[in-house]
Amino acid sequence: MLRFTLLRFLWAIPTLLLVIVLAFLMVHAAPGGPFDAERALPPAIEANIAAAYHLDEPLPQQFKRYLTGLLRGDFGPSYRYRDYTVAELIGNAIPVSLKLGVLAMALAVLVGIAAGTLAALRQNSVLDRLTMALAMSGISIPVFVVAPLLVLFFAVQMQWLPASWSGSSSGWRFLLPVVALALPQVAYVARLTRASMIEVLGSDFIRTARAQGLRTRTIIRHHAMKPAMLPVLSYMGPAIAAILTGSVVVEEIFGIPGVGQFFVRGALNRDYTLVLGIVIFYATLVITLNFIVDVLYGFLDPRIRHR
Amino acid sequence: MSVGTLVTRLSTEMRRSRSIRLSGGILVAIAIIAIIGPFISPHSYLTTDFDGTFVRPTVNSFHLFGTDDLGRDLFVRTLMGVQVTLLVAIIASIVSLVIGVAYGAVAGYVGGRIDAVMMRAVDALYALPFIFLVILLMVVFERNFLLIFVAIGAINWLDMARIVRGQTISLKEREFVDAAKLIGVPAWKIIFRHITPNLLGVVIVYVTLTIPQAILVESFLSFLGLGIQEPQTSLGALVNGGVSQMERASWLLLIPAVLLATILLCFNFLGDGLRDLFDPRQQSK
Repeated sequence: MLRFTLLRFLWAIPTLLLVIVLAFLMVHAAPGGPFDAERALPPAIEANIAAAYHLDEPLPQQFKRYLTGLLRGDFGPSYRYRDYTVAELIGNAIPVSLKLGVLAMALAVLVGIAAGTLAALRQNSVLDRLTMALAMSGISIPVFVVAPLLVLFFAVQMQWLPASWSGSSSGWRFLLPVVALALPQVAYVARLTRASMIEVLGSDFIRTARAQGLRTRTIIRHHAMKPAMLPVLSYMGPAIAAILTGSVVVEEIFGIPGVGQFFVRGALNRDYTLVLGIVIFYATLVITLNFIVDVLYGFLDPRIRHR
Repeated sequence: MSVGTLVTRLSTEMRRSRSIRLSGGILVAIAIIAIIGPFISPHSYLTTDFDGTFVRPTVNSFHLFGTDDLGRDLFVRTLMGVQVTLLVAIIASIVSLVIGVAYGAVAGYVGGRIDAVMMRAVDALYALPFIFLVILLMVVFERNFLLIFVAIGAINWLDMARIVRGQTISLKEREFVDAAKLIGVPAWKIIFRHITPNLLGVVIVYVTLTIPQAILVESFLSFLGLGIQEPQTSLGALVNGGVSQMERASWLLLIPAVLLATILLCFNFLGDGLRDLFDPRQQSK
């Protein structure tokens, strides 16, 4: 197990490094500098700005400086938000984004597994078909379509819930963003759970348990659930990435001051250091969580770890 | 299986499956309307009309979907959006198809250590949060049209490569490959002349499933304002515009949103249906 964990960890590092190098090179290959303003600055001032941000150094040296900064948690200064460092901007935005993401993930897993299990137990019934049709819609309809439609119906037409983040301070303001963010993942988890549950329920050890006269509920809870959850667990990596991507949209639509909103603002303002910093932050998050999921998987499924 | 028999089999099987018929039919209808519609409508997607902003959908004056905040006709703009969205998705899928098939076929055919290394690289790339790199790419390089195709195509080839590799491994044991080897056909020619044509069935299925993914990425980028730029438009850009006007003119959001959802749903149903036909073991998950 230790060897397996170590091996996975060793794979995670070059992956992350690759992202950093790619992202860094992309930003530095950008045509035009970050300070190209509408009116041209005197060359002396331009040189001064370049020197202040170390843009006059050769590329490898800039990269070395950036990388050592990263190790200390220093993402450099923001080009547009002049008084802030990128680390400060990200740090301030993390709590609300984290809350949003964790709630959405929890909702996706709980509702998805419940719906998928129910559908599997009543395979080919009306309930099953309905759940799967809904799941297909959930997968097909992107977050940036679901979120505005939810706002239009529940906030603008019905006025049951606040439309924007700043318009309310109660916990209810979390409801629509979390639901919008979770829906596609609910759908994926439900489909995966249904498929693997049907497979597990058809296997020999479940037939044995049935033959012993155990109740369906006991069989599900004590025998079928764990093996059926393996595909769902392996989907958690992509799910995390999807929730992160979705949060960018959801935060923009609802006006939530999280990491995603800074990302979009930074992207539209061409705030290179901010965007670069957030890309690296997201990549670290995705790769770390993927690593944890992998190790968990190896823990639950001996077949993987001994490969 | 030759291309001819494949097509006959496809068409008979497709007529039998209701979900394939229905979703395929809807897609073809949408595509035809999107191509013909702009010629029939008296309006252009560009013309602004400041006396006729926020016109509700009406048959009078032929504003079937109403007009937007600049008085531009939403019907024509939506059809333009569908055209752009479909175009980007199809070209991006072709890009991912070419990369995926070439990579997968080579890895599968060559086998051994090279195959192992190539597939480990695919595993590593799976872990990359590509979408963020694509966003970065769009930020850095002035959002040009060509780049969108390449960037989206470059994300989506991984699945294709895996599936093609698996198929190639089983194909290369077949007699016709042995025969080709025996008469001295070089390896690259065996891969591209003898193996690739036989991958057609699987490839068609997975392209149908790649298209909605490409649409998703394109509309996501356009929604963020990083994809297609004004006055050009795509469904994602229209949804984005609709969001800012939704309290005043809900149709500006509803029409493109519903259309985008319908297109994605149809492609997914189509892909799922085709997969069940070709590959009964890989049942929809």
